[in-house]
Amino acid sequence: MSVLSTGRHQSVSLRFALYALMLLLALVFVFPFLFMLTASFRTNEQIFAHSGSIGAFVPTGELTTANYAYVLGNGNILHFFLNSVIITTLTVGLGLIVNSLAAFSLARLQWRGREAVASLLVVLLVIPFEAISVPLMLLVAHLPGLGFEAGRLVLTRSWLNTLYVQILPFVANAFSIYLFYQFFRSIPKDFDEAAYIDGATPLQVYRHVIVPSSKPVFATVSILQGLAMWNQYLWPVITVPGESARPLMVGMQQFFGHTTEWGNVMAYATIITVPVLAAFVIFQRWFVRSVIGSGVKG
Amino acid sequence: MPASLELRDIHKEYGGRQIIKGVSLTVAPSEFLVLVGPSGCGKSTLLRMIAGLEEISSGDLLFDGERVNDWDPARRRIGMVFQSYALYPHMTVAENVGFSLKLAKMPRAERQQRVDDALRTLQLEELHDNKPSQLSGGQRQRVAIGRAIVRNPNAFLFDEPLSNLDASLRIQMRMEISRLHQRLRNTVVYVTHDQVEAMTLADRIVVLEGGVIRQIGAPLDLYERPANRFVAGFIGTPTMAFLQVARCEETSGRLAVKLVGQDEHTPLLELDTVASATRGEGPVTLGIRPEHCRLTAPDGAMLAGTVAMVERLGADTFAFLDLPGAEDTVAVRLGEDASRIAVGDRVGLQFDAEKAHLFDAGGIAVRSPAR
Ligand SMILES: Nc1ncnc2c1ncn2[C@@H]1O[C@H](COP(=O)(O)OP(=O)(O)OP(=O)(O)O)[C@@H](O)[C@H]1O
Ligand SMILES: [Mg+2]
Repeated sequence: MSVLSTGRHQSVSLRFALYALMLLLALVFVFPFLFMLTASFRTNEQIFAHSGSIGAFVPTGELTTANYAYVLGNGNILHFFLNSVIITTLTVGLGLIVNSLAAFSLARLQWRGREAVASLLVVLLVIPFEAISVPLMLLVAHLPGLGFEAGRLVLTRSWLNTLYVQILPFVANAFSIYLFYQFFRSIPKDFDEAAYIDGATPLQVYRHVIVPSSKPVFATVSILQGLAMWNQYLWPVITVPGESARPLMVGMQQFFGHTTEWGNVMAYATIITVPVLAAFVIFQRWFVRSVIGSGVKG
Repeated sequence: MPASLELRDIHKEYGGRQIIKGVSLTVAPSEFLVLVGPSGCGKSTLLRMIAGLEEISSGDLLFDGERVNDWDPARRRIGMVFQSYALYPHMTVAENVGFSLKLAKMPRAERQQRVDDALRTLQLEELHDNKPSQLSGGQRQRVAIGRAIVRNPNAFLFDEPLSNLDASLRIQMRMEISRLHQRLRNTVVYVTHDQVEAMTLADRIVVLEGGVIRQIGAPLDLYERPANRFVAGFIGTPTMAFLQVARCEETSGRLAVKLVGQDEHTPLLELDTVASATRGEGPVTLGIRPEHCRLTAPDGAMLAGTVAMVERLGADTFAFLDLPGAEDTVAVRLGEDASRIAVGDRVGLQFDAEKAHLFDAGGIAVRSPAR
């Protein structure tokens, strides 16, 4: 009894301290975002007038939507936005299928060399993309591909300047496979076996047993892979010099060079950030659950 | 249709380690066969080989005379109930039960009919749309059984289906399974390490130890005429007492036995067997069930010892004695005298030689009581 009450007493002050700390941390992350949002509605003079005070983060004073008008009116932001959406959704969509199937095979099926492939996967995890980007670029620069010329589908001699050069190399992803693999392995084997006895094929086990039990990990992988694709910068810079297949991130960098108005840059950045936030808010229930779930699963 | 199963010299090894070492047995159509044995003896492995979940290293498995070693689980058409129930968590009770029919592409109307029938059989109609997480242990168990019966399998395989239930529910489900079998007359192979389950459910029991069959027989056969010490000790609670034999003398077609620790002045036990019990290394032992023992005064008794423990179970009371020459405490079922016995009492042990089992040095039974 006494143990319980002291425990509760402690936890109140402890919780207070914890909340204060978390609030502080949250502010550290929220302030830059607020600054971006606020500045995107200001002229250069207004931004500098408010810098050095809390006003830099609070939308007070003279506000304008001119920055958004300028960003949308100059340069191809909508085109780049569409490119990024296509690249991200296709990569994530294909990635969910390919990576979860690969993980299913590794985690649930028996085949020769399975262990070797599983350990190879871990090796792949620790190789940074930067290390292989140049050889990969040289490879795709000389791969025969498809393209449109004057409205006709033609064979091209390189993957450069295409959307698919930004998609195909990233569909299969070692980290996504690893996340799926870990999750699938935590699902009791009895389910698969019961399904096999019920007459299921391996693909049916995947589709009817494994996938429905794994929504959280699908959400996690979507967010992580989607975020990585949305923020892709190095790769498009070296493989997509032209404008037609350019994604938003590269677009912003180019735009940056052509304006002196900070408000314009902030408006551009806001347009990039908002879809990510929206996606996170929509998926966050699942996402948070999967992060928690991975900790407490027995 | 209930099928007959036949196992011919089945072996299983994992990475060079022999787990099942040559098992042969047949299961008649509609028979309820129970596999028992201590943990790790290979019961589940054997069952999973029958189901097709585990490859058979060597030997033949036949369903109705046809070799099925290479058939996948679906083709064998068996129903299996797992210890964990393995109900699909995202499907309702009805979807769980109907999953195999859906995979078999049975038309929806017929499927629903079959599922409803199965649910009615198991008194689960009310839970039709519940998810497994909303069910109690006993209900989950029934759904798992429903999933197995819905497609009229060749045989049912149960792997310790009741071990996750509490004691009273276990007894209730045991009776339900028994009743279900009376009604459906399916061929059943049932794994348990609970010997009461085995005794109450089985037409025949197979006792496994270390991947080898130690005995096959009807429950009472195993109880009354165990073929070896392992089975004698495994079947029956409290277990049979094993008393070491000091020497055996064959006289005029009978065997006179002197027990270790036996009082010099008491007569030798006379057994109606002449089998050479003394052959082989190690001690010859005499086995006696608790219900065939009586307590007497210590003076002049054949064996004397002290009461180490008394278990009062209500209907029965058992005393456990420390005796010289006994390998473990010796269980004695008490009669009228139950209330007078207390821990620490010095008592004598008496039993009828007719009721004794005798095991040779290799542990093989050379004498069992007559029927
Ligand atoms: N996949 C496997 N790989 C290696 N060894 C295994 C495997 N499955 C089972 N074994 C071994 O086979 C032996 C028998 O296992 P099995 O599960 O059949 O025992 P059991 O009689 O069902 O035991 P229990 O009563 O504990 O369920 C055990 O020693 C176990 O370690
Ligand atoms: Mg087992």
